[in-house]
Amino acid sequence: MSCMKRLCHETRSHDRLRRTLAVCLRLSRRLLLKMSEERDAAALSGSAQTEGEEDLFVSAMESPEAARLSAEDISPSSNGPKAEPMLLDDDPDDLFAEATEEVSLDSPERQPILSDGPSPVITPVTPVMISSRADVFDRSPDQDEDEEENRDTFDIQISVSDPEKVGDGMNAYMVYKVLTKTSLSIFSRDEVCVKRRFSDFLGLHSKLASKYMHMGYIVPPAPEKSIVGMTKVKVGKEDLSSVEFVEKRRSALERYLLRTVKHPALLKDPDVLQFLESSELPRAVSTQALSGAGILRMVNKAADAVNKMTIKMNESDAWFEEKQQQFENLDVQLRKLHASVESLVCHRKELSVNTASFAKSAAMLGNSEDHTALSRALSQLAEVEEKIDQLHQDQACADFYLISELLGDYVRLITAVKGVFDQRMKTWAKCQDAQVMLQRKREAEAKLQHANKPDKLQQAKDEIREWEGKVQQGERDFEQISKNIRREVGRFEKDRVKDFRVVIIKYLESLVHTQQQMIKYWEAFLPEAKAIA
Amino acid sequence: MTSISEDSDKEKVRSVSVDLNNDASLVIDIPDALCERDKVKFTVHTKTTLSSFQKPEFSVPRQHEEFIWLHDTIVETEEYAGLIIPPAPPKPDFEGPREKMHKLGEGESSMTKEEYAKMKQELEAEYLAVFKKTVQVHEVFLQRLSSHPIFRKDRNFQIFLEYDQDLSVRRKNAKEMFGGFFKNMVKSADEVLISGVKEVDEFFEQEKTFLLDYSSKIKDASAKAEKMTRSHKNVADDYNHISGALNSTAADNNTAFKKTISVCVLQKLEDRVASDQELKLTELLRYYTRDIQAAKDLLYRRARALADNENSNKALDKARLKGKDIAQAEENQKQCLQKFDKLSESGKKELTSFKARRVVAFRKNLIEMTELEIKHAKNSVSLLQGSIEILNSN
Repeated sequence: MSCMKRLCHETRSHDRLRRTLAVCLRLSRRLLLKMSEERDAAALSGSAQTEGEEDLFVSAMESPEAARLSAEDISPSSNGPKAEPMLLDDDPDDLFAEATEEVSLDSPERQPILSDGPSPVITPVTPVMISSRADVFDRSPDQDEDEEENRDTFDIQISVSDPEKVGDGMNAYMVYKVLTKTSLSIFSRDEVCVKRRFSDFLGLHSKLASKYMHMGYIVPPAPEKSIVGMTKVKVGKEDLSSVEFVEKRRSALERYLLRTVKHPALLKDPDVLQFLESSELPRAVSTQALSGAGILRMVNKAADAVNKMTIKMNESDAWFEEKQQQFENLDVQLRKLHASVESLVCHRKELSVNTASFAKSAAMLGNSEDHTALSRALSQLAEVEEKIDQLHQDQACADFYLISELLGDYVRLITAVKGVFDQRMKTWAKCQDAQVMLQRKREAEAKLQHANKPDKLQQAKDEIREWEGKVQQGERDFEQISKNIRREVGRFEKDRVKDFRVVIIKYLESLVHTQQQMIKYWEAFLPEAKAIA
Repeated sequence: MTSISEDSDKEKVRSVSVDLNNDASLVIDIPDALCERDKVKFTVHTKTTLSSFQKPEFSVPRQHEEFIWLHDTIVETEEYAGLIIPPAPPKPDFEGPREKMHKLGEGESSMTKEEYAKMKQELEAEYLAVFKKTVQVHEVFLQRLSSHPIFRKDRNFQIFLEYDQDLSVRRKNAKEMFGGFFKNMVKSADEVLISGVKEVDEFFEQEKTFLLDYSSKIKDASAKAEKMTRSHKNVADDYNHISGALNSTAADNNTAFKKTISVCVLQKLEDRVASDQELKLTELLRYYTRDIQAAKDLLYRRARALADNENSNKALDKARLKGKDIAQAEENQKQCLQKFDKLSESGKKELTSFKARRVVAFRKNLIEMTELEIKHAKNSVSLLQGSIEILNSN
């Protein structure tokens, strides 16, 4: 990844850079494709699966050049697994040319795809030809607007509970019960209960992200992995910290699902429905960090980071610039707030410990006191302090689960929002690239006009037409994603305000409860103190 | 730089020690104090009807070293060996606020204006709290002396109260400090030896066992209480940072602003609870740790006298055996016996009144602390409920 960064500094033209990157990506992808084919072919059975894996690769790719290039990877395999695709390419430009030809023939990778898994469900978002792609893009916002109106009748409850440990040793994992209660018609039953493990959630998220992020939808991020936490659980330590870890994770998974189904488009997504309803779910191996897909993700992330640095977008719409700045600020503020709240949780736990030890010490003092009434009062004081210590502990829990986790969730959500803005930038870049290509094709055609090669001329004209189509498509995409983002951001902000308000109220109520308990305890102690004679 | 005038009523309420005599013939308080860098100048104000003083009402400025001088001279007075000598007030400790001020100065460039102002406010509040505490402790010391029938007549005490010139109490030089330190060491070694001395009087035997045990327990409780109030202060500080962070997001929308209000309020309340807890419980425990030590000192002196008495008896017997210096030995023995008896008698009185005083002080402080906790909790509840209503109606 660092060599990519170096490339960035050394290359003058951004276009050239991106193309060079694209070459590197392509090479690494080919290698990984081979690797994972070999590995996963062993694990999974059936050609359907291998195709699925490739689909996954493709769907995991977000950069447009990559998509274009990967077409080349895909097409050979769709004709049958090709033994040895060319690993070494001499001329980047030629490569480019090759790729563009393939693209026109093969289109599956350009659609939001229903990814791997022997899912028989055919949905309106099925892979179709390019021609109907416009439909897909045009249809969803209207549908979504309907959903916006129906939000008041939003009725779905999801709970994640009963973590159970399955297996032993390092292969052990936790299984959670996911219970969905709903009156919505898209679900087959009123109440469904399934068992899911953590990697299933991650798998769901990666599918949703690959399908919707490039359209500008804000896909809620999944809870983070934690090697340390899980290892403790696997090893079987029944101590407090691993219990806390499991509880923290369970709560995070629940919030994740609730946030996901709150999004009107995601709620109807077949993957989500499958996740919530079907009793058996294919194991999402691609979510493992060291899998082929995992490494690919890392490569992509690096490419994205470099892309961000190199794409200079001419922002014609002030709204976007403003919003991006706002989100940057919000990000900083939320992180700071999150840090403060975490410190609060820590200190409150400390307070609880110190109160407990003081209570013990006061009890001992009471024992050693020889004046009976004072002795009794001191023992009572010790008891009160013990109860208060428990109160502090509970309050710390509330601090944590209500506020701190919410803030953490929002910090991650904002990253997703920023990602969506980046997608828009990429779409714009794609559009620009298409325009550049078109220009070039036109120039080439002009040249051929003079050279008098009729067959090549025809080809050139065809190419021009094709690229004109692409430019139009690119512009339409850009408009669409801009529209989507505006809507999503509006929804996000509304939700944010609501979320925060609800949580703050709950938190204040918990504080009220704590204080009322304290009043009770101290009022019970007061007569004891007065009784000292 | 900082001066403070307080209602004497409020101060009396906050005192950890109780005056059992309620005698108005000699009333002392510290209505005012000035703080310059490290030195605190207390204004000691006396109102008296006693004829031994020149004027019925007067004030003198005094510094901490002069209080210590007074304490030491009283300790060193042989006559008072049978009395519990009120513990000396601890040196004013501005370490905490000073550290904070340092941090504030360093971080000035990196903080926003509001944060800076807030920290400064905090700093001033903490400074004030330390200041009040030290004034109170010095005041209590003097009040103990004035309420005691014997100490109030002490000549040095009167000089301390009256003499309006500088007492020119020179600081202990190195030799004296070392000597004092050495004396303490010898004393503790002696204590161990003396606790082995056979005690005739049951009262004192009981007292000894009780005091030894109690002293260690109260020291422990005092330390734990301090830790607890420190944690509480940390929590209050955190709320401070949170409200600061929320302030910056408040620009976004209305509800955030209301959030800020309620959290700020919370923070202030937490702070108040923490400092009240600190003042009442911790100070009480701290003070009585020192007082118990003073009582133990009394026992020690008496035990020393007992040992001396026994030694003198032995010496007398030996002299009688040897047949020389009998008169001297007899005289010695008589003196020792006298001293011992006097010590025992006054010691018994002192210890009994000490217990009574302690019980009353604990009672008063526990009641006050409980009432304050209840008051603050009720305040919190009403403020929080108010905020909840505002948020709900929005």
